[in-house]
Amino acid sequence: MQAVLEHSAPKGASERKGKRTGLLLLSPAVLILLVWSLVPLAMTLWYSLINYNLIDPTLHGFAGFSNYWYLLTDPDFLYSLLHTVILVVGVLIISVGGGTLLAILYDQEFFGRGIARVLVISPFFVMPTVSALLWKNLMLHPIYGVYSAMMRAVGLTPIDWLARFPLLTVMMIVSWEWLPFAVLILLTAVQSLDSEQKEAARMDGAGPIAQFRHIILPHLSRAISVVVMIETIYLLTIFAEISVTTAGGPGVASTNLAYLIYSRALLQFDVGGASAGGVLAIIIANVAAMFLVRSVARNLEV
Amino acid sequence: MAIKTKRSTKIAVTCLGWGIALWLFFPIFWMILTGFKSEVQAVSTPPKLIFAPTLSSYAEVFERASYWHFTFNTVIISVGATVGALLLAIPAAYSMAFMPSKRTRGTLLWMLSTRMLPPVGVLVPIYLLARSTHLLDTCTGLAIVNMLTNLPIIVWMLFTFFREVPAPILEAGRMDGATRWQEMTMVLLPLALPGIASTALLSLILCWNEAFWSLNLTSSNAAPLTAFIASFSSPEGLFFGKLSAASTLAVAPILVLGWISQKQLVRGLTFGAVK
Repeated sequence: MQAVLEHSAPKGASERKGKRTGLLLLSPAVLILLVWSLVPLAMTLWYSLINYNLIDPTLHGFAGFSNYWYLLTDPDFLYSLLHTVILVVGVLIISVGGGTLLAILYDQEFFGRGIARVLVISPFFVMPTVSALLWKNLMLHPIYGVYSAMMRAVGLTPIDWLARFPLLTVMMIVSWEWLPFAVLILLTAVQSLDSEQKEAARMDGAGPIAQFRHIILPHLSRAISVVVMIETIYLLTIFAEISVTTAGGPGVASTNLAYLIYSRALLQFDVGGASAGGVLAIIIANVAAMFLVRSVARNLEV
Repeated sequence: MAIKTKRSTKIAVTCLGWGIALWLFFPIFWMILTGFKSEVQAVSTPPKLIFAPTLSSYAEVFERASYWHFTFNTVIISVGATVGALLLAIPAAYSMAFMPSKRTRGTLLWMLSTRMLPPVGVLVPIYLLARSTHLLDTCTGLAIVNMLTNLPIIVWMLFTFFREVPAPILEAGRMDGATRWQEMTMVLLPLALPGIASTALLSLILCWNEAFWSLNLTSSNAAPLTAFIASFSSPEGLFFGKLSAASTLAVAPILVLGWISQKQLVRGLTFGAVK
């Protein structure tokens, strides 16, 4: 079977022609991606070095690093950076940790497992604006929300979650979307584990915790690294959930880097300052990517 | 004794499995339920589980909120972006799968790395470019952006599917005098059709749910469903019934597609690393 799947390399005179055709077929996608990844990047870099305000044409000229300096000394920026890290790390811990445990739970045989699984992964398919408003209005609304009603039913005073704990609440909403994703991926990975291997470990007297540590976790490591990578890409740019629930507030209590850049650019029209933020966001993402892509690349059989 | 403990764990697992599933699904269930309430029923305290269902919220969403306009935009953008990306990605994936060179691995990883560029980092230039080319608030503009952001994933996914097509079949076609074009369209595409279909499905789902660019690059003319739902976030828009009805309509197609295509999605979302 393996032999059939292996591709024999083109040989002889046709080799050069094949190479050219290959390049020709590949180039449209590569060129367009090259343009897409370099042109906006170069523009962001350029804008970050000039004075550019969309509604104040008197402001122009080279700014040097003043946009960066202004941003780096702005406490709002430092808060937004901190909030970005808290959101990414918090959601990753909840979704990957919870996802691993749930993947093992839904790997067990039980009545109606198929339906239960479908219910668990469903939140991942809900669009971000819907899930944010669903939680904000139907679940957590201090007067009409279901959770508030439950708290009243047991004699507690309902909490205005988004006003009192904005960042934490946003984190919970985003986790609700991404935990199912982790379950979906990790469950598939758990199921590909050889059941004979588990059986053998059990025969050798390995308890559930030993089985988890020495068999299941190593088997899952690749899937976990992929989940971490993909979630990090999306979590660095959480935007819709913040935009429709708290609009970054109160104050900047739930403003992350993405929302800060958006508000600088499209609410305050400060293109230079927003671009400086954009460059910093790209640097942060690249530092994260360096580790993540490398760990994924190691796991890919290309 | 052993059987007894086994039985009790089984009951515990069943309860836990169903409990967590119902808890995680509850908001969606409640959204569907609230869609069938009138606005007065929707804000009754305590919330009602049993009530006389009405379609008034749905009727209002269809009549007043021009729901079809936003759905139409979403469909146009998603389908346009998907078709465009497939047209670019199929030749590229074909080339990498069947005519690999020393640089194939590097190219694939580079494509992956372009995906790591956070959209917010290029929000300003993309917004200004769209404005100066009059693509701001147009379906075309948003479709192009969606196509480009998903292109790396689509190339990857097609690549992993194409690699499973045995090369000797393609070579046999070439022996019979098929050109590259015929080989691709008449031999490979039919064989890889299931893979292409699930790639297209993943792209549709990602475009349908895309929110960052939708919120920033459209206002009213080309606003897709994600942006339409976001308009309910204004304080005066506290219409739980209508919000729920519109949300249910916006989410339902993707929820069903997602349920059907779980397995293929896992593969696509993990760049073929988890099957």
